[in-house]
Amino acid sequence: MEALNNFWSIYSNLVLSLGINALLALSIWLTLSCGMLAMANAAFMGIGAYAASVLTLNYGWSFPPAILAGMAAPAFTAFVIGKPTLRLSGVYLAMATLAFGEVVRIAVLNTESVTGGALGLNGIPQLTEWWHVLLAVVLVMAGLWRLRRSKVGRAFEAIKEDETAAGLMGIDVGGHKMLAFVLGAAIAGLAGTLNAHLTFFIGPNEYGFDRGVEILTMAILGGINSLLGPVAGGVILTVLPELLRSVGDFRLVLNGFILVLIVLFLPKGIWDSLRTARWLGGKGAGA
Amino acid sequence: MNANDNHRSAVPLLEMQNVSRHFGGLKVLQDVSFSVPQGGVFGLIGPNGAGKTTVFNLITGLLPVTSGHIRFQGDDLAGRRPHQITRAGIARTFQNIRIFKEMSLLENVMVGMHAHLSYGPLGWLAGTGLFRSEERRARDRARELLSWVKLDHKASDVADNLSYGDQRKLELARALATEPRLLLLDEPVAGMNSVEKTDLMHEIRNISARGYTIFMIEHDMRFVMGLCEHIAVLNFGRIIAEGGPEAIRNDPQVIEAYLGREDDETHPQGAPA
Amino acid sequence: MLEQQLVNALSLGCVYALFALGFTLIFGVLGVINLSHGAVFMVGAYAALQIMARFELPLWVGLLFALVFCGGLGLLIDFLVLRPLRARNAPHLIPMIATIGVAIILNNGVQGLFGAGSLRFPEGVVSSQSMDLAGIHLTPLELGIIVLSFVMMAVLLLALKRTQLGRALRAIAESPKAAYLLGIHVEGLFYMTSFAAAALGGMSGVLIGLYSNAVFPLMGQPMLHKGIAVIILGGMGDIRGALLGGLFLGFAEVLSVAYIGSTMRDAVGFGLLFLVLLLRPKGLFGTLQERKV
Repeated sequence: MEALNNFWSIYSNLVLSLGINALLALSIWLTLSCGMLAMANAAFMGIGAYAASVLTLNYGWSFPPAILAGMAAPAFTAFVIGKPTLRLSGVYLAMATLAFGEVVRIAVLNTESVTGGALGLNGIPQLTEWWHVLLAVVLVMAGLWRLRRSKVGRAFEAIKEDETAAGLMGIDVGGHKMLAFVLGAAIAGLAGTLNAHLTFFIGPNEYGFDRGVEILTMAILGGINSLLGPVAGGVILTVLPELLRSVGDFRLVLNGFILVLIVLFLPKGIWDSLRTARWLGGKGAGA
Repeated sequence: MNANDNHRSAVPLLEMQNVSRHFGGLKVLQDVSFSVPQGGVFGLIGPNGAGKTTVFNLITGLLPVTSGHIRFQGDDLAGRRPHQITRAGIARTFQNIRIFKEMSLLENVMVGMHAHLSYGPLGWLAGTGLFRSEERRARDRARELLSWVKLDHKASDVADNLSYGDQRKLELARALATEPRLLLLDEPVAGMNSVEKTDLMHEIRNISARGYTIFMIEHDMRFVMGLCEHIAVLNFGRIIAEGGPEAIRNDPQVIEAYLGREDDETHPQGAPA
Repeated sequence: MLEQQLVNALSLGCVYALFALGFTLIFGVLGVINLSHGAVFMVGAYAALQIMARFELPLWVGLLFALVFCGGLGLLIDFLVLRPLRARNAPHLIPMIATIGVAIILNNGVQGLFGAGSLRFPEGVVSSQSMDLAGIHLTPLELGIIVLSFVMMAVLLLALKRTQLGRALRAIAESPKAAYLLGIHVEGLFYMTSFAAAALGGMSGVLIGLYSNAVFPLMGQPMLHKGIAVIILGGMGDIRGALLGGLFLGFAEVLSVAYIGSTMRDAVGFGLLFLVLLLRPKGLFGTLQERKV
């Protein structure tokens, strides 16, 4: 018990960050699973973080409704920009969504009165408890697991493989893509809200290009064929910098090296590579 | 249901009325009109590049018509998106097979049932009884359809591992899963050997006997003559003949259209096997 | 006053164009979005700076050195990282992520070696005397940037359009397999493209380092963002588009700083990009194919 308490007092932030990164990776998994390379989730995270933080900090809202607001705001934004944006495909979609992230960042910089501008928001009440994060991860994973096993999950996979054929199966492709986009935004907003109320400070630079790219890396690194892949990716990208702390100045360099090595030698992402290795080449369908 | 009832049945299932499709300056289809009656097997033939696949693309809503109307069961299909047209009762297979390679056979067919599974988000989130029963129904129906094309023993295999002929059969089963009234088959026997072709001819006859109306595009004259009760012939984007197999076989315009091209699958005259 | 702004815009736009050119070459020919291009750009600035400062060498040596050093770096990256991924036909997201790793290595490596602070080029490397050219005032630096950029762009465009090499590159951009079957030495040309693109990136790094008089480890990041905005504005993989897009961005930024205020400067690129993508999904010059040199 003593050891557990010690562990917790040193590593609680790390563990909670892990959970939040897992949520972020899962949020982009959703859009990846229907074949869309949408990289706006960092922006959605930021929208959620700011929305919830402004409500708790300036208007004294309690946590639960603030969390809901933190999910609703990015979901609504996703719905609004989804229509024109989701017409794009491939690299264009990726870049448009990245660009949107930067647009949001600049918007925050220029609305100082509400968002604190470049100085960010300070003193956000630290309302996030460990069980908030745990519950969020468990619920999101459970929901997504069920989704995969339903007609919606099959529709996503069909769309990912061949949009035209999927449409001819009676699947409303545009509607499903929007669903993935909006749902992913809500989950990213949840992560942002929990994160903001953990670190008690947020600033506009946390939700830009670099964060967007990091989220994508987590998902791809872990492998997108199963739900545990993105989680594994999130874990690695959170834990690795910590593990390398002792290496000193060049730990991030090592971080980069490891990333390159993983990409070169574990093509399906970490989780999927481990799985395929275990099942001796029996590439079963489903699950 | 009598598959030999012809033009005297009530409303034709599908009507092409003066349909034209232009693409820039290129006139792919010009003033195409024909009717596909209820029940039976209808064939659209013509030399390569005549515009046959374009007809299918127009019917399924992948391309808009430049002028003219396409009516399905009396309703104009204009402006409808592909998934709406599928839900109205038209299903289609592709010339260059578009199955979902990374999904199992069972899942491929289950995707086809998408529109007919009646549970919403609450259903799959909560795992309600409706969700479970609908999923079970989908699984059972998928197996049934796979057994129609004799692929049920491979239900859990990944679709990519199938032979070419089997992949075509899978596409057929998947199209049937959408519960169509009209089944569009785009060159169903392309690339098959004669054993596989005879096999598929059997399957299609069986499916027709179950009450589905079949509309196929094909090159192989022997295949078409053996299966179709009504045939329309397309050449350079225009319909040049329409009628039963005998009439088509002896039509001088058809003969000329085919003789004028190198097409080693055709038998302009003489009895097919 | 407007001509002054226009000169600023032109020189800035030229450097953006050079950077975007390198980026576009890699996307057009290799099919990879190289997110380490910004880091290579930064390395160019450091390379020139170090060699000029330590050995008291003139600017042209620095430029040449940056060109060669970065070219070599680009070649190394291609050989070690991109080539193995090509060999196993990885979907194009994967090389992009690998280049993220390379960028992390370079950015943090340079920071570890030289510190996070901003460095300057030695005094007097380029005279800051304003010259008078047909009534327009510009510094030798600006003139140099403009001339150098136009020369490089002209050379590149001519090479692509008129030489056998250029045709080979364009063939690869359309279809590497078809090019290979035609007897084109595709791998060799990939190496060459990586070298050239990185060299261009490094050179633009030196130029920006001089222009803004600041060389620091993260200088490549905002440049990368702008590069992405430029090539999408210009149509992915389209060389003319990259050039025109870069010039356009330079003008847009300078004019927006002059007339709207400097806080919006970085937003201009991405804001424009977002708008353009919504209205004209393939960019201003893009065509249906994604790969086109």
